[in-house]
Amino acid sequence: MPFQSQGVAKYYFMAAIALFAGQILFGLIMGLQYVWGDFLFPAIPFNVARMVHTNLLIVWLLFGFMGGAYYLIPEESETELYSTKLAMLLFWVFLIAGALTIVGYLAVPYATLAKYTGNDLLETMGREFLEQPLITKVGIVIVALGFLFNITMTVLKGRKTAISTVLLLGLWGLAVFFLFSFYNPVNVVEDKFFWWWTVHLWVEGVWELILGALLAFVLIKVTGVDREVIEKWLYVIITLTLVTGVIGTGHHYFWIGTPEYWQWWGSIFSALEPIPFFAMTVFAFNMVNRRRREHPNRAATLWALGTGVMAFLGAGVWGFLHTLAPVNYYTHGTQITAAHGHMAFYGAYAMVVLCMISYAMPIMRGRAANSNKAQVLEMWSFWLMTIAMVFITLFLTAAGILQVWLQRVSDTPLPFMVVQDKISLFYWMREWTGVVFLIGLVLYILSFFVKGEEQAKAA
Amino acid sequence: MSGAFTKSMARNIFYGGTVFFFLLFLALSFDTHQALPKRDHRAEITPQIAHGKKLVEVNNCIGCHTLMGEGAYFAPELGNAIARLGGREGIKGFIKSRPAEGIPGRRSMPQFNFSDDDLEAIAAYLEHVNKIDDANWPPNIQG
Ligand code: HEM
Ligand code: HEM
Ligand SMILES: [Fe+2]
Repeated sequence: MPFQSQGVAKYYFMAAIALFAGQILFGLIMGLQYVWGDFLFPAIPFNVARMVHTNLLIVWLLFGFMGGAYYLIPEESETELYSTKLAMLLFWVFLIAGALTIVGYLAVPYATLAKYTGNDLLETMGREFLEQPLITKVGIVIVALGFLFNITMTVLKGRKTAISTVLLLGLWGLAVFFLFSFYNPVNVVEDKFFWWWTVHLWVEGVWELILGALLAFVLIKVTGVDREVIEKWLYVIITLTLVTGVIGTGHHYFWIGTPEYWQWWGSIFSALEPIPFFAMTVFAFNMVNRRRREHPNRAATLWALGTGVMAFLGAGVWGFLHTLAPVNYYTHGTQITAAHGHMAFYGAYAMVVLCMISYAMPIMRGRAANSNKAQVLEMWSFWLMTIAMVFITLFLTAAGILQVWLQRVSDTPLPFMVVQDKISLFYWMREWTGVVFLIGLVLYILSFFVKGEEQAKAA
Repeated sequence: MSGAFTKSMARNIFYGGTVFFFLLFLALSFDTHQALPKRDHRAEITPQIAHGKKLVEVNNCIGCHTLMGEGAYFAPELGNAIARLGGREGIKGFIKSRPAEGIPGRRSMPQFNFSDDDLEAIAAYLEHVNKIDDANWPPNIQG
């Protein structure tokens, strides 16, 4: 590892993986509740499990992004991190705040949590993905500002590259759009309108900049392709992202009380959103094919290619599937949405974080790559998790198509709960596939402990 | 991707394109906010309805249900629940009658022990949501 201070990333990555495991555990609990309705009821109602599942997802991805940035920025800037101490302090603040929030969700009723954490001062809670208590939200902002200060100062004192600029833009954007989570007007239409400024402009906007920058960094390292070429691609991809994705927000403004013209703006622009994801896949394969060196870390290369493909499938293909207004009229808020949400989050953001970890972790542990044995195990976990996610998506899609048909399209629409009973077979299959995903994750974690003969020392 | 097309050209297109489309998005958003009052009936929002919205939030109803199609997919749509359950009394009766220990083997809704005022506020809020002009969504009463 070229710079000592990059080592702080290790803590962030370890926390990310631990929280990832927690996320999957609660996913399996919910998956079981889907077919065994009163499982753990009333101790852990479904909505509590869901908050834990989705909030852990967001938090572990944030740990991954921050760890990725702490690793990437010093190397790109060719200078030590502005403050290693600050990075470590913020690590503990974020981890403890995150853990307390999860304990809060599980230990007390949500309304009680709201009451004792200042929700009456400023009502921000109880909206999907933004369920965190006010004090947690404020904590997130403080950690984000400290983090951004730290990496921005590092970039300012060192070399400025396109990759670090794009990463900074993405991370600043993440913080800025999070501020809309503090705005919760009493008018529910406006509430929903601006809720998407956090949620959509994150995953289909600024997070894609982070995704692109991390991927470009790993590709430069493992392929040795000329930086000029890779950075030009990066700019082209993120141009396509924001040109389509910003107005693409309109695909959430079809049925929430906003004017009908959004059906045109939203459909057309979001139908173009798969293009940058497609470009990303082509980019990754192209760079690997034109590689100028054989990097010993084959697992990292696999994750990089996998990110391209799975992000395109999950976000691009499964997004396109339901993004045109006449289709979305029937699929809005069904298992189709859940199918897409899973593959997109996994394929784009979970995988790019795992890719970064795969590349950086061996180097931080003093070697260019892990032993062959460890890499083989890691690649097994790659395939198990990825194939499991493909099947989870397919089963949810099948459930979704049946749901749409029975509940919304047929001449004799059936009630929601009746339909849920009829399609439970697919929920069972999703749950069993979820177990396979968990096995993949266990192997992934084990791969860090496999020894075997070591590869050449890091340069 | 080679020859005359350089990295700095790509960068300039990125900044130019982003700024342009972001401004266009802001303009559309501004226009939307001019049009909204007629569609969202904000003039009718009483303190009771506001309280209902708060109750729906602090009990995390959308952690199981959808509201105008957004939320979770474990339980039925709430935006038109007032119509499906037969008005305010239907909603209140349903929420009040949930068994605390659940229904064996079935997906169960928690017993929240709401006061009568709270129940009335939730029903008023859901009635308000049902009136919002949302381009005729959902397709039918089943949500
Ligand atoms: C990596 C990028 C993406 C991620 C992580 C992602 C994730 C999600 C998630 C979690 C939801 C559900 C939101 C909710 O709970 O209400 C959602 C909804 C949606 N996404 Fe994506 N998405 C991505 C990209 C895309 C793209 C590129 C498209 C279009 C081509 C798209 C189209 C949609 C649509 C139309 C909905 C609304 C579904 C509904 O009406 O219920 N998404 N997305
Ligand atoms: C063992 C595997 C998993 C199982 C069984 C599982 C199960 C579930 C369930 C039951 C829901 C709630 C759906 C509803 O609202 O009714 C959910 C939501 C969600 N999960 Fe998972 N999950 C798993 C893994 C993952 C992974 C790996 C990711 C991402 C990396 C993920 C991301 C999400 C997201 C983004 C949502 C919200 C979706 C939306 O609002 O449309 N899950 N999950
Ligand atoms: Fe979106």
